[in-house]
Amino acid sequence: MQATRDFSHYVRDAGPGLQHIDLAVEGVSCAGCMSKIERGLSAFPDVTLARVNLTDRRVALEWKQGTLDPTRFIDRLAELGYKAYPFETAGAEAAEVEQSRFLLRCLGVAAFATMNVMMLSIPVWSGNGSDMVSEQRDFFHWLSALIALPAAAYAGQPFFRSAFRAVRTGNVNMDVPISIGVILALAMSVVETINHAEHTYFDAAIMLLTFLLVGRYLDQSMRRRTRAVAGNLAALKAETATKFVGADEISQVPVAAIFPGDIVLLRPGERCAVDGTVIEGRSEIDQSLITGETLYVTAEQGTAVYAGSLNISGTLRVRVSAASEGTLLAEITRLLDNALQARSRYVRLADRASRLYAPVVHATALLTVLGWVLMGASWHDAIVTGVAVLIITCPCALGLAIPTVQTVASGAMFKAGVLLNSGDAIERLAEVDCVIFDKTGTLTLPDLEVVNAAGIPEDVFRLAGQLALASHHPVAAAVAEAAGAKSPLAGVVEVPGQGVRATLGEAELRLGRPSFCDAEPLAAERAKLDPEASIVAFSLGKAKYVFAVRQGLRPDAKAMVSALQKRNLRLEILSGDREPAVRAAALALGISEWRAGVTPADKIARIEDLKRAGHKVLMVGDGLNDAPSLAAAHVSMSPISAAHLSQATADLVFLGKPLAPVVAAIDYSRKALSLMRQNLWLAVGYNFLAVPIAISGIVTPLIAAAAMSGSSILVMLNALRARRVANRRA
Amino acid sequence: MEVMVILVPLALGLGLVGLLGFLWSLKSGQYDDLEGAAWRAIADDEPVQEKPAE
Repeated sequence: MQATRDFSHYVRDAGPGLQHIDLAVEGVSCAGCMSKIERGLSAFPDVTLARVNLTDRRVALEWKQGTLDPTRFIDRLAELGYKAYPFETAGAEAAEVEQSRFLLRCLGVAAFATMNVMMLSIPVWSGNGSDMVSEQRDFFHWLSALIALPAAAYAGQPFFRSAFRAVRTGNVNMDVPISIGVILALAMSVVETINHAEHTYFDAAIMLLTFLLVGRYLDQSMRRRTRAVAGNLAALKAETATKFVGADEISQVPVAAIFPGDIVLLRPGERCAVDGTVIEGRSEIDQSLITGETLYVTAEQGTAVYAGSLNISGTLRVRVSAASEGTLLAEITRLLDNALQARSRYVRLADRASRLYAPVVHATALLTVLGWVLMGASWHDAIVTGVAVLIITCPCALGLAIPTVQTVASGAMFKAGVLLNSGDAIERLAEVDCVIFDKTGTLTLPDLEVVNAAGIPEDVFRLAGQLALASHHPVAAAVAEAAGAKSPLAGVVEVPGQGVRATLGEAELRLGRPSFCDAEPLAAERAKLDPEASIVAFSLGKAKYVFAVRQGLRPDAKAMVSALQKRNLRLEILSGDREPAVRAAALALGISEWRAGVTPADKIARIEDLKRAGHKVLMVGDGLNDAPSLAAAHVSMSPISAAHLSQATADLVFLGKPLAPVVAAIDYSRKALSLMRQNLWLAVGYNFLAVPIAISGIVTPLIAAAAMSGSSILVMLNALRARRVANRRA
Repeated sequence: MEVMVILVPLALGLGLVGLLGFLWSLKSGQYDDLEGAAWRAIADDEPVQEKPAE
């Protein structure tokens, strides 16, 4: 049975007679790749569009309806050396793209208005000092109003809306003082223009919006980029399943096109993409991604299997109980919901700052008005001074202080192999003083590895590897991988559930269960030495060998542990695996605190204990059983190989085999948090200088404009320092 | 000073043309891939030939 690939789920119509598909492509990184791919795909005669998006690492393709099968594009890209997968834009990502376009439109309008209002303001400023007549000034002020009012009404929407939402629910966020400041400044300027006054603040109000929109847009594009990468990764994980479309006919379809009641085929070495029940076949399955347990479980008719399980030895037919959007494990989902609710109580630094900031600023403005009235000034002059205080304190620098640092830091983390799922993850990660690791798949690699390779003669190892190539069994695959075998032996016979054999000259070669190779005593001896390893035997005529295969520690796990300990972090392992396996890993890494055989609820309980003791916990885990504890921890991280739910729950995701990104992420976030605080202090310091000038009533629009842009630029420049982290290697 | 009657609308009109140009370029997707656009500018080979739609 050969499966056909069916990607029609991803193809959509693009105008009359045209079809469109988006592909996520791995390894596109430069201009060279871009033109190579575009030329390679345009070579198909009926392709009308082939365009690479380097930011999102995707290709958009359009072709004449019915002329091409989309699988040919993927094959063509494979020939060019790129792995590509069909891709479907998630709803959340489409919304992000729309939002960032809207912000850019607002920014364009605000920038246009700022420049043109400035063009009118500068003559007024210089004219006030010389010979400008009042009619000319009024004319310029009215023109400014004509530009600034509609522009502010349009470009201010992101702030006004969010401020309105906050006020309605009885909260204060940064957008409340911004909105009040802008609206009051504009209103006062209109009144002043009518009264033929010297000073108006149209320029200050619209410039403020421009600067703040820059910050907003940076914040948004950071989130959009992570979202795009996360979307690609979901597609790159190639969530497809082999579905029966007829009695004996199978087709490779995306998981999104599988529904409860469908029957899927699960071959040895494949990872199950759906939840369901086995209806035919017998096999062993590896559920370590779900439970953390590394021992294989027997699956036969009636056994429930979950998405993420790895099929080991036999072919299974599975009836789907719930496809991509169904429940996984009711218990885990329930725990996860509880934990997520608790999580949302975290108050971000920006919001904490604005809670302090808004009342102080508004009280100062009010006191200024009252003070001037008491000192005998007219109500008009007092109010004008009060509004000037609001304008000068409007949180221009404050609005940029945090998003600029976040953008720079997340760019640096991106280069170090860390993706952010949430914007405030940086702040939370910086506060961490305790790190909890899951063992299986986090400290260890998800792939199996031969641990006693050094004890086996090289030529024997190579032969075993060549023989292993014939089998789909994951243990055999590990042997073949370790031996670096490329050319399979001829005439290999697979004995289901036992192993593979072949004849080479006189000798018979066998690889498989110890009993199949007649090597039981040797295997028992090895098993005593390494109780958690799977033993696979190899016989070469009379000579017998055994390979111990298990998940190895990540290459730099030890170095990473000592680097974290050097940073005064308390380390702990919480694993769902058996005691000897966890003990061995803890001992090898030098982590003294560890617990084995813990359930998801136990993990949460332990995290709650630590929280009550005042610790801020970073949870690093990958299994489905870790998802609730990832959500319960102060901040969480997952490797890219993690189960879907865990990856979606984690605040940060790291790429690749080494654990070094964990250390890098902590360093970058600590640096970023200190820069955010510094920026906030810079903004406060600016206010200390500017507010007395405003209260004393000698502020002119020129001073306001200079002070505001000066402080914004200072804060932005300071944020750029987040790219550098002192002695990262230490 | 009568010249201002021409100059001011002229200046604003030019600015407005710039703004409309920006909004058009945004709408036609030219800001969707800033990284790629930066590289395309210095790509030394011929751009991909777009085939005429029939």
